[in-house]
Amino acid sequence: MTKLLELDGVSRTYSSRSGLFGAPIPVRAVDGVSLSVAPGRTLGIVGESGCGKSTTGRLALGLERPDAGSVRFAGAPMPAPGTAAWRRQRARMQLVFQDPLGALDRRLPIARQIAEPLVVHGIGNRAEREARVAALLADVGLPAELGRRHPHELSGGQRQRAVLARALATNPSLLVCDEPISALDVSIQAQVVNMLADLQAERGIALIFISHDLKVVRQVSHEVAVMYLGRVVEQGDPDEIFAEPAHPYSRALVSAVPSVGPRRIERIVLKGDPPNPADRPSGCAFHPRCPLATAQCRAESPALRPLVDGRLVACHLAATRRLVA
Amino acid sequence: MSATQIDGATQIDSAGQIDGAGINGAGIEGAVVVAARQRRRGMPVAVICALVWLAAMLAVALAADSLRPYSITAIDLRARLQPPVGFGGSLRHLLGTDELGRDVLSRLIESVRVSVLIAFGATAIAATFGTTMGFIAAHFRGLVEQAVLVLIDFQASMPFLIVALAVLAFFGNSLPLLVALMGLYGWERYARIARGLAIAANAQGYAAAVRQIGARPLRIYLGHVLPNIASTLIVSATLSFPEIVLLESGLSFLGLGVQPPMTSLGNMVGFGREYITRAPWILLAPSVTIVLTTLCVSLLGDWLRDRLDPTLS
Repeated sequence: MTKLLELDGVSRTYSSRSGLFGAPIPVRAVDGVSLSVAPGRTLGIVGESGCGKSTTGRLALGLERPDAGSVRFAGAPMPAPGTAAWRRQRARMQLVFQDPLGALDRRLPIARQIAEPLVVHGIGNRAEREARVAALLADVGLPAELGRRHPHELSGGQRQRAVLARALATNPSLLVCDEPISALDVSIQAQVVNMLADLQAERGIALIFISHDLKVVRQVSHEVAVMYLGRVVEQGDPDEIFAEPAHPYSRALVSAVPSVGPRRIERIVLKGDPPNPADRPSGCAFHPRCPLATAQCRAESPALRPLVDGRLVACHLAATRRLVA
Repeated sequence: MSATQIDGATQIDSAGQIDGAGINGAGIEGAVVVAARQRRRGMPVAVICALVWLAAMLAVALAADSLRPYSITAIDLRARLQPPVGFGGSLRHLLGTDELGRDVLSRLIESVRVSVLIAFGATAIAATFGTTMGFIAAHFRGLVEQAVLVLIDFQASMPFLIVALAVLAFFGNSLPLLVALMGLYGWERYARIARGLAIAANAQGYAAAVRQIGARPLRIYLGHVLPNIASTLIVSATLSFPEIVLLESGLSFLGLGVQPPMTSLGNMVGFGREYITRAPWILLAPSVTIVLTTLCVSLLGDWLRDRLDPTLS
């Protein structure tokens, strides 16, 4: 299967300053991440806050340029942000935001905002745009008369649908959803997730679904990447990862998912400080919190290697343990 | 759906309040309801008065030539320092005359024209220039932003009156120059506001969203950021409009603003000062005009700020 989007060893470093006269400290938000998405498939990215999920999403969309590595969309390298080629490409890839109220212009009625991508990219005339907006509103399950409302007159779920309608206006082939449901309450979360799945099945859109909600990621994704401190620590089939996580960090994440009835995995409570990307531990970044850490983990950073079942894990122990078992 | 429900609820609520007021007959509750209704329906009385006054000022400024009963330089030495009508004056000079027997009303009308031109022109220049600089800083960041910030700090740290004195002393005095100079006054406030709000909008929110749709910068800034921050800028403009009127008055009072025989409100106050004990009307007429005009602009700006915000209704 040909890939729609390929990230090859991308890194992004920000510099942050400590104190008034402190020297700038480089913070590696994303460090050598390689991911890819095929048309019509969903890649889930999970991890705790600060692990580089959102930065990965922004790099994938070309909103930021990687310091190292390359991003290729439909086989071609990503143009620099702000150029005419980059602007044209926005019609093919769109971002769905976490905060729908912030992403909508509160002074304009919803229909005008949904039509905006069409106006920007010069698609259709006035009547065609109106028809398209009506169709989009219907696609995301919003009544047509809501188009005349302003964002603050809508509920949270309706706003997220409106944002989604705007993202779909130009018929993009890639949609990056950055925590699209974490600002919504649970019943509406399910509706939005189901709608995303339906739209993907209908239009063959490739999705990158960024979330910290493992259950939702498992439900929507065809492939999952678990990130820790800017690196992918485990990547593969969601059912396999969630049934039998190979990396100790994934295991702790999966064990934290609340479940009804007896637990399949004993709850692992991580000790130690949450990770600080400005002060990366030596060797495996996870070793200070890892219950299984050895001397090798403290000294040597593990590479992402395939296990026998095909998924990728970056852990010295996982490989040996799996191979032994 | 939800919005109509909420609308319905407020209607029922206010109806209930009106009923309650009717039964109690209590003035306070009635007043609250009336005030609430006014806020919903339209303009409070003060804003209507302000609008009427400002419209009158504009009309006077536009039609000054035909409204003036006398020429502003017409001297009538036999009718010097005549008091206004009602204070012992005659109907020939409604607001009295000054030390040379010139008609105060005619001079006031001409002054309104000059001062309104300077104040509106300068406010428009400052708002346009400042907002543009703010957007440029927010868009390019880096060195461009640093340069704009240095300019802003320079402008903010120099006492404007001294800058104005220096410019007028070197370049002489003409009305266009004065308007342009006043236009430099306060631009740094618009620039700061525009830069801060545009950066916030670019970092997260509607501007970032429109940018990633693929819109050009001009569309983002003029189509989205400007309407969203307009209410803040308008409030800033209504705050600096009175200051410009007062600044022009101050400069004219010092003899550096509008030069005789031309006249402005501040100029009239400045020259009327010498006769403040014998003929206070020369100074009071323009002073009252300055106070009322600045007050009306402030009232109107405050009301506009609320009206331009669709989330306050």
